[in-house]
Amino acid sequence: MNALEIKKLVKHFDGVYAVDNLSLAIEKGKIAAVIGPNGSGKTTLINLISGIVPIDSGVVIINGVGARAIKPYNVPAYGITRTFQEVRLFNQMTVIDNILVVLTERNVFGALFEKHSAHHLKRVEEVLIKVGLWEKRSALAQSLSYGQRKLLEIGRALAMDSEVFLLDEPFAGLFPEMLKIMVAAVKDLRASGKTVVLIEHNMDLIRELADHVVVLDSGKLLAEGKSEEVLSRPEVMEAYLGE
Amino acid sequence: MEYLIHLAILFTVYAMLGVSLNLVVGYTGLLSLTHAAFYGIGSYTTAILLTQSGVDFFPSVVLGIILTLIASFLIGLVLSKFRDDYYALGSFGFNAIAFAVFLNWQNLTRGPLGIPGISKPELFGIDFSNNFNFLMLVLAFLGLVYLASRFIVNSSFGRVLKSIREDEEAIQVFGYNTLYFKLAVFMIGAGMAAIAGSFFASYITFIDPSGFTLMESVFILVIIILGGLANLRGSVLGALFLILLPEILRFVGFPSSVAAQMRQLVYGLILILLMLYRPQGLLGEYKI
Ligand SMILES: Nc1ncnc2c1ncn2[C@@H]1O[C@H](COP(=O)(O)OP(=O)(O)OP(=O)(O)O)[C@@H](O)[C@H]1O
Ligand SMILES: [Mg+2]
Repeated sequence: MNALEIKKLVKHFDGVYAVDNLSLAIEKGKIAAVIGPNGSGKTTLINLISGIVPIDSGVVIINGVGARAIKPYNVPAYGITRTFQEVRLFNQMTVIDNILVVLTERNVFGALFEKHSAHHLKRVEEVLIKVGLWEKRSALAQSLSYGQRKLLEIGRALAMDSEVFLLDEPFAGLFPEMLKIMVAAVKDLRASGKTVVLIEHNMDLIRELADHVVVLDSGKLLAEGKSEEVLSRPEVMEAYLGE
Repeated sequence: MEYLIHLAILFTVYAMLGVSLNLVVGYTGLLSLTHAAFYGIGSYTTAILLTQSGVDFFPSVVLGIILTLIASFLIGLVLSKFRDDYYALGSFGFNAIAFAVFLNWQNLTRGPLGIPGISKPELFGIDFSNNFNFLMLVLAFLGLVYLASRFIVNSSFGRVLKSIREDEEAIQVFGYNTLYFKLAVFMIGAGMAAIAGSFFASYITFIDPSGFTLMESVFILVIIILGGLANLRGSVLGALFLILLPEILRFVGFPSSVAAQMRQLVYGLILILLMLYRPQGLLGEYKI
């Protein structure tokens, strides 16, 4: 079964076709890696699915329901959560608040009179322990190191308990210790039946994690399939070496 | 003593304006320069009702709030199209429009002549034309506004406001339709400013459009920047300091007439120095 499917998706910025008539299917409960040279449209793909940039044409099918226009604030309702390539936290808020804020009531009155249940606080604690930031809970997000910021961002996504996680280069620039935490978090997602779309450049990590690989080049699908198989194709290597 | 009470009442009015604007600017990051417009709507509503109809003070406050909520809903809806600098400029535009309405809708506002003879409230047999009683009354309302604001900023709603300030697009992806949150806080802030306006009109007994110019919005902004963005106590302190400033200038030896002129200059200097050395204000937690 497919958790996520896109059909003939198109997005262009002025003359550049960032995503060019792209069709894909992502199987439920698997990790699908999206690779491709710089500027090949990987981030734009996630931006389209999460409503950050409007779709020119084509359709995104989530759990069998098609959407041609996606509002960012409806994205969780589709069961989707994402992270950003350039980490985007709520900088002048504490680590705890960065997580707690996504567990809040979504409507104004609900949020105004909400009493945070022990359940929410428990969830925050769980997530922060998992990403190794419980000790830092009272620090402002802006005071964290680069790696800690990446971990906080994945923690915020994990707190959402979505079905599909769109992760834009979560491992980039991490030192081994934090990399380990991040890899474990992604593996845990699959183990608990979640679907992960993983943008990544590191081939070793892709071999280790991905069930399925999608290769983009200039917004088009260059190849897709089982990871070992796709990664051994000459045209894929060439696209990478040619960048 | 009378003069101290006078200063205290002015301080209370501006503290209300500061606290309410801080919800919008400090906590939500919307650089609004239209607060004086809502303050003006509250003032004019009370002034007009008290001088031209039999309506009492307290119902006039309620009506002032309602009218301001409507105005701020519409203005907030338009402003929600803007971000950052554009937001500030757009909101500046609305203050200019409000001023033009106060000035030119002469049948209602008497335009530049202003509205004199606004009366003071009476309730439960307490006569609030006694300034001390009046001060107690505004202080009580400042207390209400302050407590309501504290409740708001400490609620989950307040946390969402801060996240909007930090990264609106990011919080949207987590399922918040930020338009509603921004509109709600904008309207709440405006409604509180209307309360301040009603009290101001009733206390000062005469209002004209010159009290609700862009300069007035800037003055309120200076209060909250001085005191500190996203800090409610800071706004109260900021109001205290700026209301006392002319007195301080006089105290250090400037003659009254010069002190009055100096005020604008000092506001300007304060802004520049703060931006240079302490952009988060004295007690602030957040930088623009
Ligand atoms: N908001 C935007 N406005 C204009 N052009 C954009 C925008 N977003 C992406 N592009 C362009 O679309 C193309 C694809 O960019 P995208 O960020 O999706 O690539 P990517 O595969 O994520 O690259 P990288 O590996 O460097 O992160 C690039 O040419 C980029 O310049
Ligand atoms: Mg990218």
